Amino acid sequence: MFNASLKQLSALLAQKKLSSTELTQSYLDRVARLNPGLNAFLSVDAERSLAQARAADERIAAGKAQPLTGIPVAHKDIFCARGWLTTCGSKMLANFVSPYDAHVVEQLNAAGAVILGKTNMDEFAMGSSSETGFRGPVRNPWDRTRVAGGSSGGSAAAVAARIAPVAIGTDTGGSIRQPAALTGICGLKPTYGVVSRYGMIAFASSLDQGGPMGKSAEDLALLLNVMAGFDARDSTSLERPAEDYARLLDAPLTGDHAKPLSGLRIGVPREYFGEGLSGDVAAAVEATLAQFEKLGATRIAISLPNSGLSVPAYYVIAPAEASSNLSRFDGVRYGYRAAEYGDLADMYRKTRAQGFGAEVKRRILIGTYVLSHGYYDAYYLKAQKIRRRIAQDFAAAYKHCDLILGPTSPSVAFGLGAKVSDPVQMYLIDIYTVAANLAGLPAMSIPCGFGEGGMPVGLQLVGDYFAEARMLQAAHQFQLATDWHLRQPAGTE
Amino acid sequence: MDWETVIGIETHAQLSTVSKIFSGASTAFGAAPNVQACAVDIALPGVLPVLNKGAVERAVRFGLAVGADIRRRSVFARKNYFYPDLPKGYQISQYELPVVQGGSLSVMLKGGEKTVRLTRAHLEEDAGKSLHEDFHGMSGIDLNRAGTPLLEIVTEPDMSSAEEAVAYAKALHALVRWIGICDGNMQEGSFRCDANVSVRRKGADVLGTRCEIKNLNSFRFLEEAINYEVRRQIELIEDGGSVVQETRLYDPDRKQTRSMRSKEDAHDYRYFPDPDLLPLAISAETIEQIRSELPELPAAKRKRYVDEYQLSAYDAGVLTSSREVADYFEDLVGALGGGYKLAASWIAGELFGALKRAGLEVSQSPLSSRQLAGLLREIQDGVISGKTAKDVFDAMWNGGGEAADIIAASGLKQISDAGELEQVIDAVLAANSKSVEEYRAGRQKAFNALVGQAMKATRGKGNPAQINEILKKKLAG
Repeated sequence: MFNASLKQLSALLAQKKLSSTELTQSYLDRVARLNPGLNAFLSVDAERSLAQARAADERIAAGKAQPLTGIPVAHKDIFCARGWLTTCGSKMLANFVSPYDAHVVEQLNAAGAVILGKTNMDEFAMGSSSETGFRGPVRNPWDRTRVAGGSSGGSAAAVAARIAPVAIGTDTGGSIRQPAALTGICGLKPTYGVVSRYGMIAFASSLDQGGPMGKSAEDLALLLNVMAGFDARDSTSLERPAEDYARLLDAPLTGDHAKPLSGLRIGVPREYFGEGLSGDVAAAVEATLAQFEKLGATRIAISLPNSGLSVPAYYVIAPAEASSNLSRFDGVRYGYRAAEYGDLADMYRKTRAQGFGAEVKRRILIGTYVLSHGYYDAYYLKAQKIRRRIAQDFAAAYKHCDLILGPTSPSVAFGLGAKVSDPVQMYLIDIYTVAANLAGLPAMSIPCGFGEGGMPVGLQLVGDYFAEARMLQAAHQFQLATDWHLRQPAGTE
Repeated sequence: MDWETVIGIETHAQLSTVSKIFSGASTAFGAAPNVQACAVDIALPGVLPVLNKGAVERAVRFGLAVGADIRRRSVFARKNYFYPDLPKGYQISQYELPVVQGGSLSVMLKGGEKTVRLTRAHLEEDAGKSLHEDFHGMSGIDLNRAGTPLLEIVTEPDMSSAEEAVAYAKALHALVRWIGICDGNMQEGSFRCDANVSVRRKGADVLGTRCEIKNLNSFRFLEEAINYEVRRQIELIEDGGSVVQETRLYDPDRKQTRSMRSKEDAHDYRYFPDPDLLPLAISAETIEQIRSELPELPAAKRKRYVDEYQLSAYDAGVLTSSREVADYFEDLVGALGGGYKLAASWIAGELFGALKRAGLEVSQSPLSSRQLAGLLREIQDGVISGKTAKDVFDAMWNGGGEAADIIAASGLKQISDAGELEQVIDAVLAANSKSVEEYRAGRQKAFNALVGQAMKATRGKGNPAQINEILKKKLAG
């Protein structure tokens, strides 16, 4: 049952072979058993979850079920959910119980999904290893001495260890895709504006995007169908006709069933296979590209000349926005406030010094610096220019190909603590993922093999704007022909 | 030594929208603390701003009314600083690209008209309020005002005295109310001015160092603060000192300005475009739509009153001091079918005097424009004299009713019957032979005395013009 797809679970629920209450309870039992070794969940609230499950059962009995009704979903602790502790992985919000639901949470609730719990993450989503959260690091289910990636590492580990059927995460520079790659699951960051940011605690507003995480492309499509949609409360939310992201899954591009991907042009950027890419990842990705060709896709060599500038530009823009977004955490209205302080300035200083962790402080400092008088043009404006060039690189590439394929992360999961003291090394992990955020493009990661230490390797697919259905189709066809996505870490049976 | 004063004004006009600029919470004044602060206003984690179109529409209306450029694309920026009544830790404002650019306002002064150039007008949100009393050593925060829409209107340094600054502020105050974008309530903080003041020796071509006096919420404070500040700066320089660029506050009790913070303490606000809001795009159609709905503006009305109604520039200025006054005037002359000068002098004289004594606005006048038209018609028709009309006015003001009824009931009707008047005058001439002799000896004063006697004999009801005429005729005979 814990390896079942969403479709299979929905069928079991619809046929009354299983109730949502039973399903939710069995996942809660798994969380209780496996989470202590993984630290994937920050909070579970069995009563609340089971109440939702019972309501879902009534709805199913009344014949009003939708595709996700009764399905437990793990929520990254960045999404505000009414009545739930919503900490964003920070001591600053350790006591914050949200009085309202994020748009995504509303949509999931309306669909009858069950909130299984809130998952661990890097503090305020700042990190690539899920080690910076105030409640300790997430451990990788494939090897508990290694990181699960970040910042949506808790959601990734929960799906990988089968303690949640699916999960939701957020991706500002790779925070869905990279942990998905490092834990052997799938994750998708939609086109910027497809998923409302209302109620998603902001890290970098122009880059943040919520998205689905799950075992297969098919599960992602079903989850995205519920997450996506226009929301007037987010001015950057896009008003477009509703789209069924699963509509192309089983539709081959041509009539050739032996070569379901024939006609698909996959662009392979030379810049993604250069220095810094470890050999095991390169080998797994190469083998996967060959598999795509076998399925009918045409491989086209492309270039994204400004790729090397994406990490520097990202680490100017994201901290700049973050330094301002995090100003509201000041100890005045909610959240943490220092126990003892003198005047107002002292209250701010002590509250923020004690409430934020080191990585968050580092990024607030960087962001404050690059926005400062006299530095704004040299850093922030220049980074915005680079950002436009990166988007132009992609636009040029999509004249020759339909999807861009490459590694999600330069290496497999690394050891806990291995990079925390070297921020630049940590930031370079995002080298293949940040460009999609800077350009606002949809991108996903799917498991495509194993590397050093038997750790999973992720393949990244980047599409043109609104190419989600096309990307999911390619990934699904690949998954019909392979079984990387069905592998489960030892010790999680 | 002769000195020259240079003044620029920044005004925060609260826009008259029902809800806030970036949230759906109410902007009504006077609610209990924090009941009009929603999740967006208190900056809960995860909330986002959504721009109120009504605020944009009002900003465009203002821009069109002052002949400014309306930017088709403007940008909201974040102004970052920490303060407990600023919930997000930044204020959303427009910085590099404001919605309204340029424009001007013409101002009526004693010596004539003056044009004050505007630099820009931009949209922004207000902060909340910090309350430092009644909290036993702590401060209270009221976020009802947080997110209230403001239009910040900035002038060029075009004014050279407190008098000009006040005249500008009054003209602006009248205009924002005229076009219905701001209620202008200064006690409630809906219209507040910052004055940038500097002095320089006459003829100097560089501006002196300026000080900014913040949050002046009455015309009197604006005038007093500028006058004090000008004296302070001149004395400082004449004593060998120099003006330090700083922000100052006006203390109305002491009638002094005092330093609030110096330039060195100035924040680095780290402005950058707000990524939560798309650039504000305004279509040409929207601008034209708003333009077509604009009322006739005070300057155009003033010109029309002078050109078409032959009113003096002064009267035209008085009658366009507010939209309510202009409406009253136009309703009155409409009902009267003309009589522009008579209407103007009665509004500026009797009506304004009575309103002022009663502490009322024209919109609260107990005497409607139609009623006053009825009274003026009696004057025009020669039924009553102007002097009698003043008594009728008082009766109407106090007890209501129509002029014609009051005149009929109290026998105030003017005597214009020539035969009746001749009899009266014959009697007056017979009884005042001394005055007649004096008049014939060339003393004009004696004629006035005879008119006075005739008026007295008619108990003030004799038609003065006719009495004059008959008297002259008889004395010449």
